[in-house]
Amino acid sequence: MASLFRSVTRRLRPAVQSAYAFSTKPGTASGEPQQAFGGISFELSPEQLEFQETARKFAREEIIPKAAEYDKTGEYPWELVKKAWELGLINTHIPEHCGGMDLGILDCTTITEEIAYGCTGVQTAIEANSLGQMPVIIAGNKEQQKKYLGRMTEELLMCAYCVTEPVAGSDVAGIRTKAEKKGDDYVINGSKMWITNGSVANWYFVLARSSSDPKMPAGKAFTGFIVDANTPGITVGRKEWNMGQRCSDTRGITFEDVVVPKENVLGTEGIGFKIAMGAFDKTRPPVAAGAVGLARRALDEATKYSLERQTMGKPICEHQAVAFMLADMAIGVETARMATQRSAWEIDQGRRNTFYASIAKAYAADVANKAAADAVQIYEGTAQIQRLIISREHLSAAKNQW
Amino acid sequence: MSGLRVIVGCKRVIDYAVKIRVKPDKLGVVTDGVKHSMNPFDEIAVEEAVRMKEKKLASEIIAVSCGPTQCQETLRTAMAMGADKSIHVEVDAATYENLQPLHVAKILAKVAQDEKADIVFTGKQAIDDDCNQTGQMVAALLDWPQATFASKVEKANGDLTVTREIDGGLETIKVKLPAVLTADLRLNEPRYATLPNIMKAKKKPMAKKKPADYGVDVAPRQSILKVEDPPVRQAGSKLDSVETLVGKLKDAGLVPS
Repeated sequence: MASLFRSVTRRLRPAVQSAYAFSTKPGTASGEPQQAFGGISFELSPEQLEFQETARKFAREEIIPKAAEYDKTGEYPWELVKKAWELGLINTHIPEHCGGMDLGILDCTTITEEIAYGCTGVQTAIEANSLGQMPVIIAGNKEQQKKYLGRMTEELLMCAYCVTEPVAGSDVAGIRTKAEKKGDDYVINGSKMWITNGSVANWYFVLARSSSDPKMPAGKAFTGFIVDANTPGITVGRKEWNMGQRCSDTRGITFEDVVVPKENVLGTEGIGFKIAMGAFDKTRPPVAAGAVGLARRALDEATKYSLERQTMGKPICEHQAVAFMLADMAIGVETARMATQRSAWEIDQGRRNTFYASIAKAYAADVANKAAADAVQIYEGTAQIQRLIISREHLSAAKNQW
Repeated sequence: MSGLRVIVGCKRVIDYAVKIRVKPDKLGVVTDGVKHSMNPFDEIAVEEAVRMKEKKLASEIIAVSCGPTQCQETLRTAMAMGADKSIHVEVDAATYENLQPLHVAKILAKVAQDEKADIVFTGKQAIDDDCNQTGQMVAALLDWPQATFASKVEKANGDLTVTREIDGGLETIKVKLPAVLTADLRLNEPRYATLPNIMKAKKKPMAKKKPADYGVDVAPRQSILKVEDPPVRQAGSKLDSVETLVGKLKDAGLVPS
């Protein structure tokens, strides 16, 4: 009887552990505790305001002066990423026992909006780190976290989230990269595409199909792995030139008989899909925040220009058509931000936020697209159009990438 | 020799990037809902104090701000940059509008005495009133030497060697401690408040005081009569010759005919 009990608990334990792994930890830096039934508060905490201040200053003084140059050359913005790392603006979710600050998603969206305001290419490079780390944060055991997250706080390292494939992006369950168990290790074969930070990453989170049974449900058919980037068999493809966010590093990656030790399996074999989806719940709000930052930048630049440029005897912002466009942009920025903050707050409370996060991301992407397009119109055919076209394309890329 | 104790004055002012607008009653500028931050010259003073601490010249940095509750944000920024603790001297918003450098100087002088400070460091002037008085007044009240417009500060034995920016160029002086210093633009470039330091600053002590605690009466001694926009810049005109220019200058009475 005792041995039966023992064997049952032994089998249950990993499942229980993995269930706990997905419970989201409310941000410890979320400032004042929420009043239980005090209604809604639209205030950011004093710490969040300070984070926002630092990020805003960083965007204004470091990112904006250099963004155009990075966009032109497509060079990876190492200088900016390093400065952001020194200020603590990236790797914000790493747990304290690995040297991180364990910030919540609302803290993150506040910071991300400001960085995206500066340049969404830089913001994407930074965000990809959070995305790559999230599976390890939510499902990794203490050793994996210490090994792969600890190193990110000790020196500037990037990581990447390798799930998308040439044939499967939104359809995560349709990915074909295979992971076959050979002894104690796994051998991964397949190709991934559109991997942000693909060539600069120190390690990857890789999702691969571990079940050869085509009828196995998605929730049990995939496994998440941490793969060191220098593992033999990994080939990084050429830099893919996105329409916008050109300084962000996007690559195809091929895995040929890549051997991964069993210590690098996240959670247990088969729960990879759930880990991937759990990571998305936490990273969708920051993507939305990036779109809000972009829209806000478009609004500010267009407003500034419309106050200077004169046609028919007055600044163009006094023409109703332009004024309406600016007003619509402002409406979009405010409402998209509120939707984003709601989705971030929701997951910080420990609840699933998929509904709100999806609303925020879809809506913010549309707002940003429209804001960029309208800003281009307001700028007419002037030389600045070069800079604004960047914004628009940034957005197209962001919309499709995730 | 034990490290120096430094008091840094941090004023909360309208952010330098904001477009200032005069209030409709013409008695001040619009401050409601407008972005405020630490006076940039005070940031430079905080940065210098933190560098002195890193060089083991200073042992404790206390940031002080006089004003309404929002000044606490300014003090938190100072602590995130490296100040060890802070003192918020609460002055309500209405009184704050008429708070003068002399009031602040009296408060800072008293704080310096209470905290047994060796250095009182402020920015050379605030970017809202451009008074350029507080540091000098503190020195007079305490009967301490002053080194204003500092662009370089070095310690030499028991004194400070300070390079000052003056109209004719640079002047280097030696001041005995304790002393008052005011920071000029080129003294240093202030650091960012990093996120880990913002978190650490949460735990640093912030004392809440009132001017009365220091025996200072902040009743206004001046009243603002009028605040106006500067005149709109008139367009210039291009002239064809030097003679025409001289003629126009003579007509305007700017050159004796």
